[in-house]
Amino acid sequence: VSGKKFSSSVPKPQKQTVKVTFILRDGSRSEVDATVGDNLLDIILEHDVDIDGFGACEGTLACSTCHLIFKQEDYDKLPSKPTDEELDMLDLAFGLEDTSRLGCQVIVTKDLDGMVVTVPQGVADARSGPL
Amino acid sequence: SSSGTFYSTSSSACQHVAIVGSGPAGYYTAQKLLKSHPDLVVDIYEKLPVPFGLVRFGVAPDHPEVKNVINTFTNTANSDRCNFFGNVELGKDLSLKDLRDAYTAVVLCYGAAEDRVLGIPGEDLPNVLSARSFVGWYNGLPQDAQLPVNLDCESAVVLGHGNVALDVARILLTPISILEKTDISEHALEALRRSSVKRVHIVGRRGPLQVAFTIKELREMTQLPDTRTVIQQTDVDGIDKYIQDLPRPRKRLTDLIYKSSVSPGEKEVKTWKEASREWRLVFLRSPLQILQDTNGQVKGIELAVNRLEGDSLKNQRAVATDEREVIHCGLILRSIGYRGLPLDDDLPFNNSRGVIENKNSRIKNEKGLYCAGWIGHGPVGVIVDTMTDGFETGKIILADIQSGVLESNDEHKRQGLLKSLQAKAITFSDWKKIDRAETEAGAKVGKPREKISDIQQMIQIAKS
Ligand SMILES: Cc1cc2nc3c(=O)[nH]c(=O)nc-3n(C[C@H](O)[C@H](O)[C@H](O)COP(=O)(O)OP(=O)(O)OC[C@H]3O[C@@H](n4cnc5c(N)ncnc54)[C@H](O)[C@@H]3O)c2cc1C
Ligand code: FES
Repeated sequence: VSGKKFSSSVPKPQKQTVKVTFILRDGSRSEVDATVGDNLLDIILEHDVDIDGFGACEGTLACSTCHLIFKQEDYDKLPSKPTDEELDMLDLAFGLEDTSRLGCQVIVTKDLDGMVVTVPQGVADARSGPL
Repeated sequence: SSSGTFYSTSSSACQHVAIVGSGPAGYYTAQKLLKSHPDLVVDIYEKLPVPFGLVRFGVAPDHPEVKNVINTFTNTANSDRCNFFGNVELGKDLSLKDLRDAYTAVVLCYGAAEDRVLGIPGEDLPNVLSARSFVGWYNGLPQDAQLPVNLDCESAVVLGHGNVALDVARILLTPISILEKTDISEHALEALRRSSVKRVHIVGRRGPLQVAFTIKELREMTQLPDTRTVIQQTDVDGIDKYIQDLPRPRKRLTDLIYKSSVSPGEKEVKTWKEASREWRLVFLRSPLQILQDTNGQVKGIELAVNRLEGDSLKNQRAVATDEREVIHCGLILRSIGYRGLPLDDDLPFNNSRGVIENKNSRIKNEKGLYCAGWIGHGPVGVIVDTMTDGFETGKIILADIQSGVLESNDEHKRQGLLKSLQAKAITFSDWKKIDRAETEAGAKVGKPREKISDIQQMIQIAKS
């Protein structure tokens, strides 16, 4: 906030946004205007997209609750490849797919406009999983 | 289901749910109940004066990121429909019957407090410790604060191939300059400063394809500063041909074990060459007896060499051969699993698994009684598993309220119970005082927190 003395008189530079749609666990859709440059965890929190337990470790690569599944064409457009550390956490996620990523590690770019992302189911797997 | 309250206020006159245990299972179950019901009230009972279970007392001090879940629990606890009653122990300060009489539903989330024993000669010698106690010792768990840990030896053996085994090995080997910036207990830090331990053997009964630890924890071990990873090439010979066909998580894990043995990266090779400490991943060994010197001190462990039998890789069994081997060591940490306790004679209990008998969290033949977390599903998995379980348990209780299976509780009885506990119980705002005292004490020594490990002192601060 400091150093922005003239913020009231100077129009704020409009942050660029793109449309991102989340398909939630109950099948419903939530479309948001995602700020380019933000990661998907921040975007989900900012827009109050209601996903139980999402982002438990607050983006520190220590959970896997921010697991999201992408369409192949979007996955290929994501600005960075997953690191070993991200893949290590992903390996603990339920319903892992080849196009899975951790939302806290995925930065939204301009060319992802219109992207549709699926929030995987957790429950069924947990019951039959390693527990 | 997502947000929304599909319970109308009128149909839910008096719904109070008691939760026993304030770990992840307790708080995630509470979160679901509070979110999806507009006026249901949750009372969380906890044996210790402080909340959060194994997130505070289990998760390693050098993994502070994992503890971020505490922020979510604190949000839940801050709801005016959520109460915390610490310093209240089920089976001692109140009975299961007290709770069932006073609440719509009771959810047992009290975790798995016991550890499994080996049952071999020498197990009760000094410095043969359960990893559970060792973890409690470095994490400030009151009951383990005085644990006699002697680190005046070069070599230690950890028995078990799970994440807790890697946790305790990592704490033994991590440079003090790193540990002293964590919330590790001061008594443990002091002992580790003077530690002579240079080598940790992590010993498992089965082979590289059957380990139970996860890849993140293994990778961390291979990257420990000043520490060499030693995995005998003969132990991994031939597993490379299976790797391709394994499911992805097992495949990546096995690949890392294999590469760490056969073809470690340049960075690793360099660190390992210069390292002053090391850890060894030892396969196919079953403990037979613990050996002592003439002073009754541990001097080693005798192991049977195993071979694997059975077709399916995952379920192969270890069978002892006639071959024997001794590892010399002065400290042995047993990390072969946790187990739960029944806590009440009436609970249907599976003794071999150490869990309460339940189906989808509903306890068999006991209307209004549920369980979640490690006491219901066994002591395995990470917090995410327990989270899913807690949410699912919350949903099942809500469904039972909705369908009329559960009745409103007798609020007079609940008020009576709360009154009887009032003097003793530590509330969430009391805990905040302890929290503040701990973070202030930590700040003075450059730690995020200095845990208080004395129950009387906790209570004194809470009630001040
Ligand atoms: C050493 C260790 C390290 C771990 N590290 C990680 C990690 O890094 N990441 C990760 O994801 N998971 C980790 N886990 C797993 C994680 O801690 C568990 O999945 C989770 O804590 C289980 O939750 P719970 O609520 O069932 O049990 P707990 O967390 O054990 O909670 C049970 C609570 O019940 C209380 N209680 C017990 N008896 C009574 C009684 N009679 N009356 C009232 N209250 C009672 C206990 O004091 C405790 O607070 C670790 C586990 C261990 C053992
Ligand atoms: S929020 Fe925990 S890994 Fe992304």
